Amino acid sequence: MHRPGRTLVALLLALALAAVVSGCGVTRGSDDPSNRRLRMMIPNSVGGGYDLTGRAAARAMEDNDLTGRFEITNVQGASGTVAMQRLVNEKGADDLMMLMGLGVVGAVYTNRSGATPLKMTPIARLVEEQEGILVPADSPFETIDDLVDAWREDPGGLAVGGGSSNGGPDHLFPMQLADAIGVDPTKVNYISYDGGGPLTTALLGAKIDVGMSGLGEFEGQIEDGKLRVLAVSGAERLEGIDAPTLTEAGVDLVFTNWRGVLAPPGISDAQREYLTELLTEMHDTAEWREALEANGWTDNFATGQEFEDFLAEQDDRVADTLKELGLA
Amino acid sequence: MDLLLDGFQTALTPENLLFAALGVLLGTAVGVLPGIGPAMTLALLLPVTYSVGADSAIIMFAGIYYGGMYGGSTTSILLNTPGESSSVITAIEGNKMAKAGRAAQALATAAIGSFVAGSIATVLLWIVTPQVADIVVTLGSPSYFALMMLALFAVTAVLGASKLRGFIALFLGLAIGLVGTSTGQARLTFGEPLLADGIDIVVVAVALFAIGEALWVAAHLRRKPLEIIPVGQPWMSKEDWGRSWKPWLRGTAFGFPFGALPAGGAELPTFLSYATEKRLTKHPEEFGKGAIEGVAGPEAANNASAAGTLVPLLALGLPTTATAAIMLVALQGYGFQTGPTLMDDHPDLVWGLLASLFVANALLLVLNLPMAPLWARLLRIPRPYLYAGILFFASLGAYSVNFQAFDLALLLVLGILGFFMRRFGIPVLPLIIGVILGPKLEEQLTTALKISQGDVSTLWSEPVAVVVYAVMALLLVAMAVAGLRRPAEPPAPSPQDEKELIER
Repeated sequence: MHRPGRTLVALLLALALAAVVSGCGVTRGSDDPSNRRLRMMIPNSVGGGYDLTGRAAARAMEDNDLTGRFEITNVQGASGTVAMQRLVNEKGADDLMMLMGLGVVGAVYTNRSGATPLKMTPIARLVEEQEGILVPADSPFETIDDLVDAWREDPGGLAVGGGSSNGGPDHLFPMQLADAIGVDPTKVNYISYDGGGPLTTALLGAKIDVGMSGLGEFEGQIEDGKLRVLAVSGAERLEGIDAPTLTEAGVDLVFTNWRGVLAPPGISDAQREYLTELLTEMHDTAEWREALEANGWTDNFATGQEFEDFLAEQDDRVADTLKELGLA
Repeated sequence: MDLLLDGFQTALTPENLLFAALGVLLGTAVGVLPGIGPAMTLALLLPVTYSVGADSAIIMFAGIYYGGMYGGSTTSILLNTPGESSSVITAIEGNKMAKAGRAAQALATAAIGSFVAGSIATVLLWIVTPQVADIVVTLGSPSYFALMMLALFAVTAVLGASKLRGFIALFLGLAIGLVGTSTGQARLTFGEPLLADGIDIVVVAVALFAIGEALWVAAHLRRKPLEIIPVGQPWMSKEDWGRSWKPWLRGTAFGFPFGALPAGGAELPTFLSYATEKRLTKHPEEFGKGAIEGVAGPEAANNASAAGTLVPLLALGLPTTATAAIMLVALQGYGFQTGPTLMDDHPDLVWGLLASLFVANALLLVLNLPMAPLWARLLRIPRPYLYAGILFFASLGAYSVNFQAFDLALLLVLGILGFFMRRFGIPVLPLIIGVILGPKLEEQLTTALKISQGDVSTLWSEPVAVVVYAVMALLLVAMAVAGLRRPAEPPAPSPQDEKELIER
């Protein structure tokens, strides 16, 4: 099923783990792009969503000789705020890019940090993921309308769970949803779980009334009929999920969790152009398409002015939501 | 049964055996390094594994997982530098044993205990996984809160000779546990975003144990003659075996169910096992000075809990630890539908994994048992060099997590706290328990009360919670009765004891 040579390579790579952990130096200044070393900063732990996206992108660029090897650093802390602060401190650095997304935008506000996304140099949006509204199989809510009615009747009585802390996508989504259906967001009873695993447990045990999260981690439970999706949050239906979009169900809200790439503030236009070009080439590689497929990410690539406007709009929206809640 | 035999056939092909061995070695190596855990290793290996077969990759991951659990205990015992949060408790008695020349015995009881616990737990995994899956999710925050109250209750067993000092340590630990923004409010972060996620228990433990001790030794190097660590016997004596086997079994009994519970974790059972062994031992005078039971029990508990976490993973597709979460990502990367149907859809993969856990366990024993006397000789390095090495090792571990100089400063500050705790005879264990339990206790309480919208009666709304509170009440009554029967005991610590307490 696989060639022995590749197995050997895998073994050797595994043994070289220590070298990976310690990272390696940076050399620059050659004309050959495959010699050009870049650094990538990931704002959460190894194995998390940003990490998987960033490493997949870096691998696609390395394997196609668009660049040399990436030096990838995971900078954890305050849901990305620490990494954003570091990006500001690297002002003008011409060899650095940082993975980020909606959760980082929110975290910057909830942590009252000055290192906001608008201060950085926007490069590209890479992927997006819809949020799903999940209930246990024996829940009384059969449709999104049932849920909306119950929520309007008793805003605080509905226990809404999500896999992120305040300011994260699973927190922002129910708040904006509440706002869209006329429920006061400050009355929403949001219960934060530490990621998809604990949230699944709470849903399966029917400890909460409804869960809001990206659906990737729930596929098995949905297929098995243990969890039911009432609606998805994007502009179009999700393949393989038998649930309407919010707009189809008469709720005026489109919400997606997205991930993209920023560069430090103060880099030259030429450098910005170079990084944009690099990611555009990356986006066209077969490796990247495979990664999208394998991870269930939806392609939503944008660069230049389009991404800049999008970032500003998102920043605005997040700030509004969190300020209304008194969290920013 | 046929499925299991097929599983062994998958696990015992030369190639998969090689991957299991590689996983075990890697796991032991990263378990030894504080800061780099099995979760991070698996994540870094993820891209590599997609070029090998799914069964080989998962088998290697299982090896890393078990190896990490074991490797963490080696440095705990030898260097007082726990590599993983689940081996923090091992350091308490294990390092004392090492100082008394019994490092080989401590390592051996840890290795054999891990093997025994891992094997029993793997068998339990075969038997119960299909059945208990639906039960574990019925436990909600009220039940976890009750279980953690029980653990807090057990702290009384480890407060030490002076209750006042014990409580000082406990409250210091609870205060350290408050740091962070987990409740949505920033507490004790002093506006520093680097403190927003709280202080990692491994950093606290390494600082208090290793840095605190290094400072203490440095401060006394010239005033006290060098204690030569006796060489001791290379193998476990008959008495050691006799004192170890019951703690192994009890540790397994604590570890497996806690591992199988989605919010159980590996730290609580190690601590409950330690407290139990301290109460049941026939040699209470040795606790705090290197009691073998205090190593055997917790080590069995942490391995059994590692196996337990696979129950929700395989039966429900529920990852309950960081390591399990990454194993799940790997399975999904291979296109497997992880969830309640994994066991029915891919029995070969699941049983191959279960069989390879057994193999990994056996490999660990074979690798580590002969190593124990060799490792023990490490302690004969002259102390200035040994402690320099420990300091280097501890700093590397703290730094490698995040590449933040801030973590080194944190390590030093907490190390100085450890130094003064030694100076004033304040026990370390209650502090560690406070750091572990405080945030968990609070998280479960706030979740329970948020869901019930502030109705306190939710706390005894689940049967498991009621049972746990009843057990606590019975224990309280039993302790009160025992206290009435022997009112004169224990006597106040004599001046000799006090002195010894401070010396430690």
